[in-house]
Amino acid sequence: MKKWLLNWRLFSLFSVMALLLAGCGKPFLSTLQPAGEVADMQYSLMLLSTAIMVLVIIVVTIIFVYVVVRFRQRKGEEKKIPKQVEGSHKLEIIWTVIPILLLIILAVPTVSATFKLADVKPMNKEKRNKDIVVVNVRANLYWWEFEYPDYGIITSQDLVVPTNERVYFNLKASDVKHSFWIPAVGGKMDTNVDNKNQFWLEFDQKATDKAGGIFYGKCAELCGPSHALMDFKVKPLPREEFDQWVEKMKNAKPVVTDSVAKEGEAIFNKSCIGCHAVSPVDKRPEQARTAPNLANFGDRTRIAGILEHNEENLKKWLKDPNSVKPGNKMAGTYGNLTDAQINALTKYLMSLKVE
Amino acid sequence: MSTVARKKSLIWDYLTTVDHKKIAILYLIAGGFFFLVGGLEALFIRIQLAKPNNDFLVGGLYNQVLTMHGTTMIFLAAMPLVFAMMNAVVPIQIGARDVAFPFLNALGFWLFFFGGVFLNLSWFLGGAPDAGWTSYASLSLESPGHGIDFYVLGLQISGFGTLIGGINFLVTIINMRAPGMTYMRMPMFTWATFVTSALILFAFPPLTVGLIFMMMDRLFGGNFYNPAGGGNTIIWEHLFWIFGHPEVYILVLPAFGIFSEIFATFSKKRLFGYSSMVFATVLIGFLGFMVWAHHMFTVGMGPIANAIFAVATMAIAVPTGIKIFNWLFTMWGGNIRFTTPMLYAVAFIPSFVMGGVTGVMNAAAAADYQYHDSYFVVAHFHYVIVGGVVFALLAGAHYWWPKMFGKMLNETLGKITFWLFFTGFHLTFFIQHFLGLMGMPRRVFTYLPGQGFETGNLISTVGAFFMAAATIVLLVNVVITTAKGQKAEADAWGDGRTLEWAVASPPPEYNFAQTPLVRGLDAFWIEKMEGKKGLTPAEPLGDIHMPNSSILPFVISLGLFIAAFGFMYRTEHSWGLAVGIIGLLITLGSMFLRSVIDDHGFHIHKEEVLEAEKGVKA
Amino acid sequence: MHVEEKLTAETFPASPEKATLEGKNKFLGFWLFLGGETVLFASLFATYLALRDKTAGGPSAEELFRMPLVFVATMLLLTSSLTSVYAIYHMKNFDFKKMQLWFGVTVLLGAGFLGLEIFEFNEYVREGHVFTKSAFASSFYTLVGTHGAHVAFGLLWIVTLMIRNAKRGLNLYNAPKFYVASLYWHFIDVVWVFIFTVVYLMGMVG
Repeated sequence: MKKWLLNWRLFSLFSVMALLLAGCGKPFLSTLQPAGEVADMQYSLMLLSTAIMVLVIIVVTIIFVYVVVRFRQRKGEEKKIPKQVEGSHKLEIIWTVIPILLLIILAVPTVSATFKLADVKPMNKEKRNKDIVVVNVRANLYWWEFEYPDYGIITSQDLVVPTNERVYFNLKASDVKHSFWIPAVGGKMDTNVDNKNQFWLEFDQKATDKAGGIFYGKCAELCGPSHALMDFKVKPLPREEFDQWVEKMKNAKPVVTDSVAKEGEAIFNKSCIGCHAVSPVDKRPEQARTAPNLANFGDRTRIAGILEHNEENLKKWLKDPNSVKPGNKMAGTYGNLTDAQINALTKYLMSLKVE
Repeated sequence: MSTVARKKSLIWDYLTTVDHKKIAILYLIAGGFFFLVGGLEALFIRIQLAKPNNDFLVGGLYNQVLTMHGTTMIFLAAMPLVFAMMNAVVPIQIGARDVAFPFLNALGFWLFFFGGVFLNLSWFLGGAPDAGWTSYASLSLESPGHGIDFYVLGLQISGFGTLIGGINFLVTIINMRAPGMTYMRMPMFTWATFVTSALILFAFPPLTVGLIFMMMDRLFGGNFYNPAGGGNTIIWEHLFWIFGHPEVYILVLPAFGIFSEIFATFSKKRLFGYSSMVFATVLIGFLGFMVWAHHMFTVGMGPIANAIFAVATMAIAVPTGIKIFNWLFTMWGGNIRFTTPMLYAVAFIPSFVMGGVTGVMNAAAAADYQYHDSYFVVAHFHYVIVGGVVFALLAGAHYWWPKMFGKMLNETLGKITFWLFFTGFHLTFFIQHFLGLMGMPRRVFTYLPGQGFETGNLISTVGAFFMAAATIVLLVNVVITTAKGQKAEADAWGDGRTLEWAVASPPPEYNFAQTPLVRGLDAFWIEKMEGKKGLTPAEPLGDIHMPNSSILPFVISLGLFIAAFGFMYRTEHSWGLAVGIIGLLITLGSMFLRSVIDDHGFHIHKEEVLEAEKGVKA
Repeated sequence: MHVEEKLTAETFPASPEKATLEGKNKFLGFWLFLGGETVLFASLFATYLALRDKTAGGPSAEELFRMPLVFVATMLLLTSSLTSVYAIYHMKNFDFKKMQLWFGVTVLLGAGFLGLEIFEFNEYVREGHVFTKSAFASSFYTLVGTHGAHVAFGLLWIVTLMIRNAKRGLNLYNAPKFYVASLYWHFIDVVWVFIFTVVYLMGMVG
């Protein structure tokens, strides 16, 4: 992909544009600071198409400005009747053929990239290579579940992946349609209610470091009142650390020592456990998994996907979820909790750590 | 004008009119009203997004405003305003006395009107639809209350109106052209109307079917989009976009037509490359049906489908490019007068080119995975719809206002409107390209601080207020003009080229005392250049046959309006079914009356015509 | 030629439906309308094809369909299309009585078809094939039912025309109306041929 770029005549224009655009947005979120193979490919295509389009705009603008200035009505010429021209075949052929050529220049890399991005053969092989990481993404009304079928573990809200290798995704939704998008790492794909979609992404280690270790993920399809708040976070780790994380997850169990937290655990087991699991190894079928898995809740970066991760915000969320995420499915399912109960629950939840 | 039975009150006159010029005014008023409503909704959206974590419109309510903004602007503002222009101008441009089906013309308007009113009543009856103007099936089936039902039934009713209008204009243009008006002498706006009407004819039925399915699912327990019952939500997406993409061209082709007229008029030159313009228009219309799935690149159709639709979409850029250059070369060598309509036309070129090139960028499927459902797309389609369609409607309104109402809009105020609107438009939408690329999804009611979205959104909101100010100036202009505007002559701008400028402003009820003989493209210009004052008549002066007015179109539409309420409340109120059936009976009964009562129209006698024509000349 | 003119077999034009501008408009407009209807039915067919195997545990096409019954209904409707051709033939010959007669036969055959369809639906419902059962059921009833509604509307329309004009005979005002109604009837017939093939025959082979 990079080679034809070098040969491209508008290389200089490219670099200027790239410089300008790179100033745009945050490294953890912006499509203009690509952080992986997919985003790179798409960014190159963006630059190419923008370059062609800027060229078109420049040509049109030059003619436009010339015409508007040169042929404006001048004083005393109000009655002048210009020559009535029918057209010009030569000109018309020119402005038919040149756009076709420009479009071919754009169409070829587009088609090639479209096929490359859809290459999910490795994940669908009968005997899939053990090293390939596959994640089942399930989108729900305002939260995300990430299941690692090969490791038998489940997590929610924070996606953990290895860097510098292709990670494959199965995507689906359990209630209404959502769309899975990590802008800095690659374009989106819809999570449908009818079928399973598949695609791959690659997370670049250097870009991850530059972004501060975390990328922002978004829901890109209108899905209800809290569509805007259906964020998730991505933690790419070097392969070794990722493997260690998987091992920890496989064996994680809640360890409660604090007495207040113990109290919280009791409340949890009474009011919350019907929906939320606290072990990453959740053998229930997905229909039964109606709320985020909380096994590593203490390690998370956000409460409910959006609030800063601290006890105060957790209490706020537990007290009145609708004030944080309107229309969520948790509000009203666990009765009224007293402040003391909420304190206990908070202590317990914050103690749920894997790392 | 002195014709028979002119003693009716103004309101009754408009309720029963079948005159295309009055129907045009009805479309203009109703469409204009909905344009204000949709604009207000847009302002609310921009206020909410002015700063992060704002709480002006939160969650579900924001989604309702967002849905109604899109639905209103497309179906209840842009479409009827396009129909206003078509009704006001096309019959006269082809030298006809009326459209082919005057009764159906009125029916089309009233169906649209009642559909639009029905849809907007949702605000007062439990909440508006909240699943976006695209109303994707999984979300719209989940949506509680009756909001989506209002959407489904309201669009169904107004959709019938549009379909009827489309057939009407097709037949009018094919059958009613004056002698000598061959297809290749038709003004560009008439050509655009012709192609647009064909698009309406083939694009609206899939929407009708999609809406029927959604109605069945929501109100009658159907399973079309319900995966649990074997249904499939993607069917809705296909049906919607098979309609939805041609819809873009249904709106933008008439816009191209309007600008083609304006460029020629105010450059005092005939349209450059007329035949290639016609060819491009037809080609755009044709390709418009081949590309719907580019709205669904991320749905998971697979790389083959994505690649095919990507390339097909890029192809549309070619005929559109031809048009842009033809317009530029229409001005080339001309004697350009910068009137208000011409300002819009000139500003349209760079604005629309921006929307066009981002369209090609979106067509690159692999890159579109990034643009899709982000603010980049929001910016793109507003550049097309506002920079193309709304500019055209504003231009057309200023251009044909004297023809429709007999008075010139104030040019100074017109130019103020233009500059405010133009500035506001670019201020609002240009920055949104970058917001999208920076990772901001569309249809979000808020955003958190620290993601780099603050400045862009604030600029965008400021821009929206410029457009609001422009609209207010326009309204003031309309009021002032109506009160004490300068009377317009037949050839109101002095440089008219097409037939509508040969008849009085406003035209008499019968348009032409004598059907004109058309001797070439720009028929009126040809006559003027030969030093003649009027058109060459194709027939001797005689009695003129006119259609009768009728209240039935109003009643037929009212019946459907009532029926829609009945069926919607059928499940929770016992009266629902009865009301639904009564409504349908009103509609069917009126159709029955229309069928059994003979309607032969009436004649305006030769003497009356002479009298009226004298009044104009004096 | 004028609309209200009294005509005789000699002065009656060869194509009375297109003899006046109103007639010409009606003729063309109706063809265009049928173009739109074609797209409408095409969408319904496409959806049916996508959903016909989605029975969600309910009865399938093979288990349900009664071919003898459907075959008789098909024959009735095809014949009615033929009889409406006779009616228009007599209209062009300015033979009002015979036109009425053949339209009468058309209506009877059409009513017979509709009766059989209602009976058929009733049978299916008794076997548990209700509209709300599955996506297959929804799309089946919507496709075939939309056609049935067209038949019902066509019957009402033709009967109205026959009664309204019974006393005054043919003229250039109502000739296009009869013509267009028969056009509609043919269209309904053609759609049924597709339904018979796509829904019933293909349903039997699976």
